[in-house]
Parts: sequence; structure tokens; C-alpha cells
Amino acid sequence: MTNENTTLVVKDLRKKIGKKEIIKGLSFELKKGEVFGFLGPNGAGKTTTIRMLVGLIKPTSGQILLCGYDLHKEFSKSIRQIGCIVENPELYPYLSGWENLEHFARMVPDIPKQRISEVVELVGLQNRIHDRVSTYSLGMRQRLGIAQALLGKPKILILDEPTNGLDPVGIREMREFIRYLAEKEGLTVLVSSHLLSEIQLMCDRVAIMSKGKIIRIDTVEHLLSEQERVVWKVDPIEKARALLEKETVIAGEKDGTLITHYDAEKLPLWNEKLVKAGIKVSEIRTKLPTLEDLFIELTGGETID
Amino acid sequence: MINLIHNEMIKIVRKKRLLIIAAIIAVLVALFTYAQLKRVQSIQERLGTTDWRSQLQQQIIDTQNRLNSSGISEEWRKFLQIRLRQQQYYLDHNINPSAPGAPTFMRMFVENSIDLFIPLMVMVISADLVSSEASGGTIKLLLTRPVKRWRILLSKYLAMILAVSFILLSLGVISYLISGIVFGFGGWTLPLLTGFSVQGEELDTSNVHLIPQWKYLLMEFGLAWFVSIVVGTLTFMLSVLMRSTAAVMGIMLAALISGAILSSMVSSWESAKYLFMVNLRLTDYVSGMAPPIDGMTLGFSMTVLTVWGLAALIISFLVFTRRDVY
Repeated sequence: MTNENTTLVVKDLRKKIGKKEIIKGLSFELKKGEVFGFLGPNGAGKTTTIRMLVGLIKPTSGQILLCGYDLHKEFSKSIRQIGCIVENPELYPYLSGWENLEHFARMVPDIPKQRISEVVELVGLQNRIHDRVSTYSLGMRQRLGIAQALLGKPKILILDEPTNGLDPVGIREMREFIRYLAEKEGLTVLVSSHLLSEIQLMCDRVAIMSKGKIIRIDTVEHLLSEQERVVWKVDPIEKARALLEKETVIAGEKDGTLITHYDAEKLPLWNEKLVKAGIKVSEIRTKLPTLEDLFIELTGGETID
Repeated sequence: MINLIHNEMIKIVRKKRLLIIAAIIAVLVALFTYAQLKRVQSIQERLGTTDWRSQLQQQIIDTQNRLNSSGISEEWRKFLQIRLRQQQYYLDHNINPSAPGAPTFMRMFVENSIDLFIPLMVMVISADLVSSEASGGTIKLLLTRPVKRWRILLSKYLAMILAVSFILLSLGVISYLISGIVFGFGGWTLPLLTGFSVQGEELDTSNVHLIPQWKYLLMEFGLAWFVSIVVGTLTFMLSVLMRSTAAVMGIMLAALISGAILSSMVSSWESAKYLFMVNLRLTDYVSGMAPPIDGMTLGFSMTVLTVWGLAALIISFLVFTRRDVY
């Protein structure tokens, strides 16, 4: 079941704190070259899960395999496969960017000086790398954090909220950078975010978490297309609603439009019925829901943040 | 391991802690040198002579006068009697107990700073060794390297020992250089008495012998180093247990100060001798001062400190290697 393209395997991962189980049996597999998103409201267990994946928190039970190495039996070998930023990229503010990288390079066997220059160039920090980190902007710290994560040439990159606190240009750059790492360098990238639009733009697959469980894992397109909607601009609206209610499910009503479920085959038929009943149809369009709509629907109205 | 210790030393040095400590030591030494100079001058003025024999005789008379005055506590009287016999011994054997010179100043400086000042400087280094990584969030980066947790903690501990050794070395060097300018650099071979032991009210002089001052100093610095390592280890443990460096400092400071206060009032509370704080004045055993509680010896104090230190070390490693990092 585990082939060479599978980089990260999680089997029935659980974490109990006291008597309360906060992670209730997660299982998933990540492949080489994919960007995988972790989505969930605060308290869903995203950060706890990520911290278990990088060895900061010991799971109560379950197994984590990183490129085939068991995280708890072969800690050093398996953790070498991972580069990560957990929450904020916190580095030593009183050292320069370069010294920070040297510091972390010294903790891993055989990282040549040349590799430090390489990652600095990769994240585009050449001009400021010898300044103290305390003078860096958040965006620069984020880049330095990524440089640090990439130092040991990991196969898996784990980023907790990678676009947090970045400006729109920074977010865009980060997104492109993550896509680049996955597509061109073949890294597996696991990102968590509460910015649903980000996940939507960045990820190939998404896991939606709620209350310590994964309630859904699927590709982004799949999840979205399933929830496609039709927006009707009709007049009079009450009459149209009465008619459409018999045919399909009314998902909502907004700004003088009706929103119904989508069915490619039946849509012309519904339209015909409306027109025959003397209702003016001025606009019909399909709408892909945002992940946000999806999320709220899947979790039953739980709010994010 | 060398790489890890290298990392920790860089962090200590770049936080400029060692520099600040060296500066504090320099300022204090200058201050005490001046105070000592004034004292020597005023004694000379009073006696109108620079002869130390008459100074010592004057001191003995002072002590006797104090002993004769009414209203001094039984404990103080006991101490003064011991002191008197010690001074008399110096006089009878023609030995100048406070011959000025940089080494003598160093000796007095160490003896007076071993229970508060040196531990304080050690705390400045070790209080935030682990807690600053936790509060700064860098602990997450440290622990996600392919290095086992106990090795990371060990590298920090060894770096602490190196830094503490550096503090004591600079304390010696700085106090020697600064006081030497005023008192002269000689006096290394001055013979000193050691081996006094206090048993009840009796000053036991049967083991008293002479050693050159440099040997005496080496002994005292060795003991100060030992005390520093124990205090450093205790601070280190608190630093592992707590995220807040301020809390670590507060607790250690309270412990040290309570130790200083307790030492002067616990002679009737015997089990207080198992507290580490009242056992810090190890150099007193060398110079022959009365211990705060009867029956305390150098061996006893060192054993108590070792037990505290080892316990702290074990707790640090157990907690650090098992803890979930949030």
C-alpha cells in the first residue's frame, strides 16, 4: 500500500490530554509533489496534528511514517525528511539571518556552506541576509523561516499558516513559491490555513478537520464541483420559488436572486417551465461555491475563527 | 556535540550576557577596592602606625571590649570568642591575616560574594537558557532537527558550565588586575592558616596548618566554582520548567535571599541545614568561621549541594525529553 511516491503516512493518530481526546484517529497519506491543505476552525486540532507530525507532541497512539521511517522509532532519520515552520517563523532576533541559518545547519550532519547560499538565493534574501533578524519585516522573517526549513533538503515541507500576516503581494509570492516547490522540486507540501481562499488557490487536495476528526479528504475541484449552484435572476421571485421548489432544492435567496442546486441535464427544463409560467428570466449562471460555503455546510455551520 | 555547544555559546555571547557580567564585576571590584583602601587608611590614621601587629592587637582589644559589653546575644558572644582566639593565634605566630595585596583582596572578594553575588551572576546566564527558547518560540525549531532532545539539553548544560567557569575566571582576573593597581600585585606566597574547625564553643586548632595564599585561593575559587555550578543547575531546572525568565529569576532570587536571612537565624532549627541556601558559604569552612548550624561541615554542605544539584539535573532531563511542546 505504501509505494515510493508516498512520502507521509499517518495511521489512526490519536492524542488524549487528560481524559479528553482531542485528536480522534486521523489517517491519511501524502504523495510526492502534491500540495495538501489542512483546513479547520480554531480548536479543530490542525496545529496539534502538525506538531505531532514534526515530533513536538507525542501522540497517545497511532503511527507516523516519513518516507518510510517511523517518527518514534527512528526519530533522527525520519525528522531529516521534514522541513517545517510551526506557527510563526520565530528565529533568533539578535543574530543575523545568515547566522541563524548557520546555527541550524550545524545541527544537521553534512550541510555545506554552499547550501546556505543556495537557500538564501532561493528565497531571495541575498541583500539583507547579514542584517540582524530583529530588523526584518514579517515577510522577510517568513522567507528566512522557509530558507531554514529547506536547508536539509527535505522531502516534505510542513507549513503552518504560511501566509499569515503577509501583504497581498507577499501572499501571492508565497503561493507561487509553494507551487514551484511542489511541481518543480517534487516536494510534498502540507499547509494549514484558516484562509480558505488560499487553500483553494494553492492546494491539490484538502482535508477538512473539525473537532479532532477529518470529515472529508478530496481534491479541491471535486469538492467544489459537487457543490456547484445555479443563480437565477427572475421576476416575480415568489412565483419562481414556488415553481422551482418542486423541481430542486432552493439553497438560498440573495439580492433578488434565487440559488438552487445544479443539475446540468435538468437546467434547460427548469428554465422552460419558468418561461412558460410567465416569469421573466433575465439571468441564469452557475456558481462554484467557495470553500468557505463548503466548509460551513460540511461542519454544520461551525464558524472559522 | 561540539557543534551544539558551539551554537549555545554563540547565543550566550551574542546576547552580550558575558560582557555585561564582566562590566558589573569590574564596577563592583573598583568600588570595593576603593572602600578597602579607605578602611586601611582610616585604621592607619587611628593607630598612627602602619604596623599590622599593633593593628591586630587593636582589633583584639576591640573584640574584647565588645565581649565585655552587656546586652550582646549568646550567639554573637560565641562567635566573637572564636574570632578572638583565631586572631590571637595569628598574633602569637606572627602572621598578618590581612596583608594587603591583590591576592588578599581577591580572597576577601570571593569569600564575600560566594553566597549572593556570584550566584546572581550565574543566574543571569542560566535563567533564560531554556525558557527564552520556549517564550521566543525557537524551541520548535531546535526540537525539529535530527538531534535527540537529551543531546540538545546536554549541550545547553555544558554551555552553562563553560559560561560559569568563564565568569569565575573573569572574576579572578578582573579583581586581581583592578585591586593590584592600588594594593600591588604581590602576596601570592603569603602563608595563611587553615584547618580551623568549630566544635560547639571550642575552636579546634589541632588541624591548623599553614598554606601559601595561592593554594588557599585555588581552594576558595574551586569551592566558589562548585557553588556556582549547583546554583546554575538549579536555575537551569527552573528554566526548563518555566517559560518566563522573570519567574525563574524571581524564584532563585527569593531562595538566595532567604538563604542569607536564614543563615543568621536558624541555629535552633536544625533541619534547615538540608536547604541548599544555607550551605552556600563553603569558603567559611576554609577560613574557620562558625557555621550557621552546629554540626555542619564542608563535607556535609557539599553533599547537600550535590544532592540538590543532581536532583535538579534529573528533573530537567526527564521533563525536557518527555514534554509536549505547544
